[in-house]
Amino acid sequence: MIRLIELIGRFVEILWSTLMSFARELGKILLLLCATMKQLILPPFELKNTFKQIIEVGIKSLPVVVITAVFTGMVLALQSYTGFKRFNAEVLVGTVVALSITRELGPVLTGLIVAGRAGAAMAAELGTMRVTEQIDALETLATNPVKYLIVPRFIAGVIMLPSLTIVADFVGIIGGYFVGVTVLGANSSVYWKRTWDYLEITDIYNGLIKACFFGASIAIISCYKGFYTEGGAEGVGKATTGAVVLSSMTILISDYFLSAWLFK
Amino acid sequence: MIEIVNLHKSFGKNQVLRGATLKVEKGESMVVIGGSGSGKSVLIKHIIGFLKPDEGSVMIDSVDIANLSENERYETRKRFGMLFQMAALFDSMKVWENVAFALIRHGKLKDKEAKEIAVEKLRAVGLVGVEDLMPSELSGGMKKRVGLARAIAHSPEILLYDEPTTGLDPIMADAINDLIIEMKKRLSVTSVAITHDMHSAYKIADRIAMLYEGRIVQTGTPDEIRNTDNAIVRQFITGSAVGPIKIEGVTA
Ligand SMILES: Nc1ncnc2c1ncn2[C@@H]1O[C@H](COP(=O)(O)OP(=O)(O)OP(=O)(O)O)[C@@H](O)[C@H]1O
Ligand SMILES: [Mg+2]
Repeated sequence: MIRLIELIGRFVEILWSTLMSFARELGKILLLLCATMKQLILPPFELKNTFKQIIEVGIKSLPVVVITAVFTGMVLALQSYTGFKRFNAEVLVGTVVALSITRELGPVLTGLIVAGRAGAAMAAELGTMRVTEQIDALETLATNPVKYLIVPRFIAGVIMLPSLTIVADFVGIIGGYFVGVTVLGANSSVYWKRTWDYLEITDIYNGLIKACFFGASIAIISCYKGFYTEGGAEGVGKATTGAVVLSSMTILISDYFLSAWLFK
Repeated sequence: MIEIVNLHKSFGKNQVLRGATLKVEKGESMVVIGGSGSGKSVLIKHIIGFLKPDEGSVMIDSVDIANLSENERYETRKRFGMLFQMAALFDSMKVWENVAFALIRHGKLKDKEAKEIAVEKLRAVGLVGVEDLMPSELSGGMKKRVGLARAIAHSPEILLYDEPTTGLDPIMADAINDLIIEMKKRLSVTSVAITHDMHSAYKIADRIAMLYEGRIVQTGTPDEIRNTDNAIVRQFITGSAVGPIKIEGVTA
């Protein structure tokens, strides 16, 4: 009994200190966000770097996003078909796929993929630059590293996440359609009609707002982790994993609250 | 021109600087010597303002750099050039883009002109035909020289060199010494160099300062340092393991 209380005590202690360090970290991330916003509006603009990051975040994540979205659409159609058949609602498969993808899975899966790919790359790159003093070198060359390194990544995140989400929405719905019509034998025009009948423009639109928010979170969190890396190569490794874990958690947690707020 | 007054800096429990004071006149070449880990790099990073003093101040032209606004700080930086101990080249850019970075960014030069200047600066540090390579393709000594070319490319007034000759062969090291002397003569730059290499120190210094236990224990011309009665300085310049400076874990 005493051991149990002790154990719970330890657990609460760890939970508390984790929460506190999370709060401190959140504060620092918000400070970095403010600095980024300030540098974002002040000229000169880093067009070349921004373009490079847009390619990096957007184009290079595209294949993974497409494949993930197609299969998600496919499995959604399959699962909802077998489930809905139990109460004779097979006709709604198209609707379910369209709503789930645009409102939820499109933005969230795209976010998680970009967090794992581009977020990790951002943290690793900035972390390496920090530990090899390249960020200090930028400073000696009278270049603000927030402007030069972070602003382009932030812009790329905010622009490219919604763009990728549009693609994911589209191919996800196509994937569902493909399974619905060819594998499950739904009538093509009925399926198609059901897909669009109950889909409202706000479904897509709100999904994209979520994506924007995810893009901003991934970029600022990953840049934060990289920018403040300490402790050599090991530190870069920690920063990279830390960036992926924190961005993914932020996406999943904020998704709930954003959904509650957006889809009233 | 550069005035470091009573500088204190600790990292956690590690008190690195404990009241270092050093004055460098305009056009002077100051060399800072001191044991490994004595805080030489930390000292130089305060001069350019990467690190903030716990106590004390760093003044450039009688202005405390801690009081500058962000814009003023970046404007001041344009007057500096710095060579990092590990070169700190941008590994995502070609060699010439590294060297031309400040020229393109602040000098508003076109790529072609900037590249020409970069090639010329690379030649000055003894590198020919490397401009289109990536930094990862260079040896350590070559990186250091590219770092030097980058530091001098925008013709700064103040140069900070963190171990300009370590890792170079003796002949190349001497060529770099000559280059540093020439920079001083031709452009009358003010410089602070860190080195372990006493040969280089005697050659490039107008004055030498020794950092020991977080303070500057002696400052003097190369001759004064050579004939010092300070036991600590004497032990360091003669490179003896026996004397007042004790190395932990090593029994002499
Ligand atoms: N950013 C930092 N964080 C924590 N400790 C640091 C940091 N930078 C330097 N130190 C510590 O300060 C001390 C002095 O380091 P510094 O790099 O200035 O030595 P140095 O005199 O340049 O040595 P060397 O001749 O080997 O280059 C070391 O004990 C080092 O661990
Ligand atoms: Mg050093």
